[in-house]
Amino acid sequence: MTRATAEAMAGRGLESATEEFARVVASHRPQIFRFLLASTRDVDLAETLTQECFLKAHRNWGSFRGESSAMTWLMRIAINLQKDHWRNRRVQFWRHARTNSVDLDEAGEWLPSGERSAEQQMLAREQVGRVWQAVKGLSERQRTVFLLRYVEEQELSEIARATGLSEGTVKAHLSRAVGKVRAELGGKR
Amino acid sequence: MNFRSKWASQLDAQAAQAEQVAAEVREIELEQALTNFRASVRAWSEAELSRSRMAVKAVGQRRWRLAAGWALGCALLAGGAGGGVYEHHQRVEAARVAAVARAAEQQRLVAAEQARDTEEDLLAKVDKDVSQEVPSAMEPLARLMDEAK
Repeated sequence: MTRATAEAMAGRGLESATEEFARVVASHRPQIFRFLLASTRDVDLAETLTQECFLKAHRNWGSFRGESSAMTWLMRIAINLQKDHWRNRRVQFWRHARTNSVDLDEAGEWLPSGERSAEQQMLAREQVGRVWQAVKGLSERQRTVFLLRYVEEQELSEIARATGLSEGTVKAHLSRAVGKVRAELGGKR
Repeated sequence: MNFRSKWASQLDAQAAQAEQVAAEVREIELEQALTNFRASVRAWSEAELSRSRMAVKAVGQRRWRLAAGWALGCALLAGGAGGGVYEHHQRVEAARVAAVARAAEQQRLVAAEQARDTEEDLLAKVDKDVSQEVPSAMEPLARLMDEAK
C-alpha cells in the first residue's frame, strides 16, 4: 500500500466518522436536551450542558466501542455533566441565589394541543403540576432514574447502564420516586 | 346469628372490593398523570428546540461573569494593597512628625536652660557691681562700717 493510498483511506475514514457523529448528534440531541431540561428546568443551562455533552462525545468518539448504544453512552455523559454542574454550584455558594430555573407552575403549563376539552386540559395541567412538585422533592438519583423511565421511556437495564447503578438499585430508586409522586397526587386531592 | 355472620362477611367482601377499585382508580390516575407529565415535558422541549435560540448567549453570559469576577478580584486586591501602602505611609508620616516634635521640644528645653544660665550670670554680675560701687552719699556710712570691722 502506498503512502498516498493510506492517507486517502485515513481521510475517508475520518470523513465517515465525522458524518456518523453528525448523524448521532442530529438523532439524539432532542432527547439529551429534553432530559437535561427536565432535570434542571433551566433552558439556558440545558442548552449549555447539551452542547458540552456533544463536545465531550466528539472528543471521545474514537474511544466509543459500541458496547452500549450511542444513546446510552451520550446519556451517561449528560448525567455526569449534570452531576458536575450541581457539585460546582454547591462549591460556588455565591451562585446559589441566582438560578434561571422556571417555576413549577410555568413548567406545568406546557401541554400538547390535542383534542381535549377545557376541563380535561385543566385537569391535565393540575396533574402535571403535582408531578413537577413531587419531582422537585426527589433526590438527584431518584429524579434522574424517574425522568429516564417516565419521560425517556427507557428500560431498567438501559437506565442501569446510563447511570452506572445496578438494576436493583435503579428499581429501588424508581419505587421511592413513584411512591412520592403517588403521595403527591393522593395527598392534594 | 348465621344471618349476621353472612352479612358481615358480605360487608367485608364489599369493602375489599371497594378498596381494590379505589386502588385501581389511583393507579389509573397515576398512569394518566405520568402520561400527561411526559407529554408536557416533550411539548416544552420541542418548543424550546424549535425556537432556535442563540447558543452564544450562555457562553457570552459566562464570559461576562468571568470578567466581572476577575474585575472584582483585582479591585479587592488593589484595594487591599493600596490600603496597606496607605497605612504604612501614615505610620511613617506619624513617626516623622513625632521625631520633629521631639527635636523641637529638646531644642526648646536647651534654649530655656541657656536662657536661665544667662539670666543667673547677669544677676550675679549686677549683684557684684552693686556691692562694689557705693553711691557717694553713702560713703561716710560705708567708711564707718569699715572702721567698725
